[in-house]
Amino acid sequence: MSQQRRLIVPQPQLRIILERLAAQLIERHGDFNQTVIIGLQPRGSLLAARLHALLEVQTGNKITFGKLDTTFYRDDFRRGKELLIPNSNHIDFSIEGKEVVLVDDVLYTGRTVRAGLDALLDFGRPAKVELLVLVERLYTQEIPIHPDYVGRKVNTLTNEKVVVGWKEIEGEDNIWIISQ
Amino acid sequence: MSAISTKHLISIKDLSSEDIELIFSTADNFKEVINRPIKKVPSLRDITVANVFFENSTRTRLSFELAEKRLSADVVNFSASGSSVSKGETLVDTVKNILAMKVDMVVMRHSSAGACEFLARNIDAKVINAGDGAHEHPTQALLDAYSIREKYGNVAGLKVAIIGDILHSRVALSNIFCLHKLGAEVMVCGPTTLMPKYISSLGVKVSHNVREALEWCNVANILRIQLERQQTRYFPSLREYTLHFGVNKALLEEVGRDITIMHPGPINRGVELDSDVADSGQSIILNQVENGVAVRMAALYLLAN
Repeated sequence: MSQQRRLIVPQPQLRIILERLAAQLIERHGDFNQTVIIGLQPRGSLLAARLHALLEVQTGNKITFGKLDTTFYRDDFRRGKELLIPNSNHIDFSIEGKEVVLVDDVLYTGRTVRAGLDALLDFGRPAKVELLVLVERLYTQEIPIHPDYVGRKVNTLTNEKVVVGWKEIEGEDNIWIISQ
Repeated sequence: MSAISTKHLISIKDLSSEDIELIFSTADNFKEVINRPIKKVPSLRDITVANVFFENSTRTRLSFELAEKRLSADVVNFSASGSSVSKGETLVDTVKNILAMKVDMVVMRHSSAGACEFLARNIDAKVINAGDGAHEHPTQALLDAYSIREKYGNVAGLKVAIIGDILHSRVALSNIFCLHKLGAEVMVCGPTTLMPKYISSLGVKVSHNVREALEWCNVANILRIQLERQQTRYFPSLREYTLHFGVNKALLEEVGRDITIMHPGPINRGVELDSDVADSGQSIILNQVENGVAVRMAALYLLAN
């Protein structure tokens, strides 16, 4: 079956989206004194790292940043055909009493975020958890999870996949819809 | 990366070097988990594991049980003493009865070589060998190699001497297979009477002189004299064994090299290994124990998939 790729957000537009998200975060979290940014491994961490760099420049503060792996908390272990290979966690700080902004690139069924919440709570009890996603696929959530910050909402079909490309890995920042 | 290539973990021989690397990289993740305040993940919450031990064990059994519990599996324990085995039940019947209670995985230790292989052929559940006679003890070899990798960054190219009772040791055999697959060189060292006849056909160097072994190796894995497995006397006395094959501080100082000391436990202090060596900075014996839980979690996780 042939694959069709459709560019939905080119690089200049993605930069504007990232800057808007950073601005929204600053609006709510100020100097990030009590806030930590945590990206979901592997792809959410890339977005979180970008936002983190932007926020540090814009606020002039050091902001705590971590990476969280959800593999061991997933609900499709032993149910899918693929083996779930874990990524590493990088959370060398306490989240106890902190406001956590959980970051992922694409919100689809919501199951990864559910696993992420469980994984996060094993590190302590945050005061508050918010969810930021770059892309929200509409009407596809299978559990009641809704983001607090959204880069772009898209309507998609179930045979489509949303892929966020990053300069570090794919060579260019952009968002694609791939149908197969 | 693809999945692990075997259904059971009976023998290191069945694993490819990619399988071993996969187990190690997964164990890295679990090591991070068991060093957190909440040392538990829910991966195996819908799995029941039976630990079936027909032979005594403290470390291995505790290590497996902890690994299972830290993966949120349900655990049942069985030991031969005080069970129906003493009433004449066969191995397959015993395990089939356990499986009838809906158990998904069996971790078994047995005094007969091949017992796990036999079990794997006769039941549906996944089988992990926790030691079968003088055959293999794969998870011990994996955690030994993992501990070496942790200390040196890599196993390939290192020289590992296995010193002691090679004849009765399943740890020696599994270690030889595992270290060879990872590209290390292996020497076995012990009294001629405790050396299997055709051991050099496994591609290992053989020595009967502990000093020679220590002068050669980077890592010395020292094994216990398995008195409980010895039907006849293989050497005149423990004291004489210690005199010729015991590793002590004076000997290590004479050799004068930076050698990492390992021991699968339980140690007979003052027999094969002296306390001042076992408790020194050169020894990674307690790291082996810690890594055992992480490596077993990785094996359980990968096989359960």
